[in-house]
Amino acid sequence: MPDSGRELLTMKFSIEYFALLKDQRGCSSETLETDAATPRDLYVQLAEQYAFSLPPESLKVAVNEEFADWNHSLNAGDTVVFIPPVAGG
Amino acid sequence: MSFSISDIPVDPTALRADLLHEASGAYVSFEGWVRNHNEGQAVEALEYSAYKPLAEKEGHRIIAEAIERFGIESAACVHRIGPLSIGDIAVWVGVSSPHRGAAFDACRYIIDETKARVPIWKREHYQSGKTEWVNCHTEIKT
Repeated sequence: MPDSGRELLTMKFSIEYFALLKDQRGCSSETLETDAATPRDLYVQLAEQYAFSLPPESLKVAVNEEFADWNHSLNAGDTVVFIPPVAGG
Repeated sequence: MSFSISDIPVDPTALRADLLHEASGAYVSFEGWVRNHNEGQAVEALEYSAYKPLAEKEGHRIIAEAIERFGIESAACVHRIGPLSIGDIAVWVGVSSPHRGAAFDACRYIIDETKARVPIWKREHYQSGKTEWVNCHTEIKT
């Protein structure tokens, strides 16, 4: 019996991509409906689907234009950005 | 005080004028330029991109920290995005302060923290024809 008793909730998120992640995803933003509850879940799903080469340890994450924890509870409609290693200056 | 991401060339003269203050006896600025090599490879050109809303927010925090920490009068930083050529100004920092020591220290703090914290990325275009996002190689451990 699949998902015995567990309800799979899905939510819609906006995701923006920058730098190497934008190249690997092939677009700069998308809206996605998924069962990911945290940025970590979401990155794992996307990394598997699009063969992202950067491990999550090398990234930071932002939710709604502010840095967030990888285990932050996402809400429907959130904008999520995964931040590759920065190289300003 | 200000921090901005700009897609037009940096004008240090205009930026310096914004930092003039009667209480300031010192002004220190830093310009980061596009150089023609990196890690042994000849660089022909490069491009910067930024996650602008968060970059400007984090940049403002850095400037506010510098003012608080070093007691300077004012500070500003501008970082370019878009395609740049060798010799272009990629980043500019300016600080005005009653005394020079704090101005030097704050200027160093702002450029160091900007490089470490602000979501800006650099893609280098090498003479070999290859391009690469700096700091985004995935290490292959053997």
